Amino acid sequence: MRSAIAGDQVAYRRLLSELSQALRGVVRRGFAGVGVPASEVEDVVQDVLLAIHLKRHTWDQTLPLGPWVIAIARNKMIDDLRRRGRRPEVPVDLSEFDFEGEDQQASIDAHDVGRVLSRLSDKNRDIVQSISIDGQSARDVAERLGMSEVAVRVALHRSLKALADTYQEKKL
Amino acid sequence: MKTDDLINAIAADAKSVEPPIAQTVAIAVGVGALISAVLFLWTIGIRDNFAESMVSSLRFVFKFVLTLSLAIPAYVLVRGLSRPDFQPGKKLWFLALAPALLLIGIGLELLSVPQDEWHARMMGHNSVACMIVIPLLSLAPLAAVLYALRRGAPSNPAIGGAVGGLLSAGIGATLYASHRPDDSPLFLAAWYPIGIVLMTAIGALIGSRILRW
Repeated sequence: MRSAIAGDQVAYRRLLSELSQALRGVVRRGFAGVGVPASEVEDVVQDVLLAIHLKRHTWDQTLPLGPWVIAIARNKMIDDLRRRGRRPEVPVDLSEFDFEGEDQQASIDAHDVGRVLSRLSDKNRDIVQSISIDGQSARDVAERLGMSEVAVRVALHRSLKALADTYQEKKL
Repeated sequence: MKTDDLINAIAADAKSVEPPIAQTVAIAVGVGALISAVLFLWTIGIRDNFAESMVSSLRFVFKFVLTLSLAIPAYVLVRGLSRPDFQPGKKLWFLALAPALLLIGIGLELLSVPQDEWHARMMGHNSVACMIVIPLLSLAPLAAVLYALRRGAPSNPAIGGAVGGLLSAGIGATLYASHRPDDSPLFLAAWYPIGIVLMTAIGALIGSRILRW
């Protein structure tokens, strides 16, 4: 995470990918017995990943990363349960923070993706899709669209915030 | 969008990191306090005999000890509450410092002042101004603290907002204390808490609405 905060993209991707697997286990176990569908688990994992990204400056680098990640996951799980009108009691303790070996790929439901992406401008939607799904670099996208690389990065950042806001709205 | 695709997008945004939240909180509180201080000096100003009072009047000094014993613990807590993994736990007892000091102050005052003066001391000269001006001086700090908390990720928005309100009131009360001619702990106990509780409630109310993330 330290390298990621220093801007190391490769280290950041590796960390997020490891965290996503750990989170899948944490969220699934937290929701076990409350009857939350599996698709919802992936929803919350993505919500948590976005929150980790947009709030990573709230991690105190002198403290271990694990409890901070768990705290965010816990908040998002409680939000999710509250949204469904269940009692927001999520028993999460730190001993549960271990890695699950599986890498299940579920997609969030098509309706939500459509809603998020349709809120973005054509250009921003293009940028997000090129970088995330086609795996292009910000520089490639900038060249193709005739924008500066900085402008592409700003557009990407705004789009991620919009995505996080959409999760937030679902809660209201 | 699959989770791995999302991770690609997030990783590409690696360079967008904000300054550490503790720094944001410190700057926001500093700016908020500064705005109120300028406003205060520009309008009502500190009392004429400030330096003299600082040396000669124990009661005057006690007012600052009291308001700072509220503001400083509240600041430490707000800085913690801006992080999602912060567990206030025993640190909440920091907030009991100001009420405890006030009780001691009241006790000493009652011992040193004859009983027939108690009422006059408590009513003071300007209780209405005290109730209005402390919240007014707290507004800029409150806005600044809430802005900083919004950049952060408080686990409990209402508590974050409430302690933010308490901090802003601590700053407002510290400024106002340098003006007031009413120095008796009896006056402080009767009138200061009104503005302080008001700001705490406002902070909790706004916090619960705007500090979700």
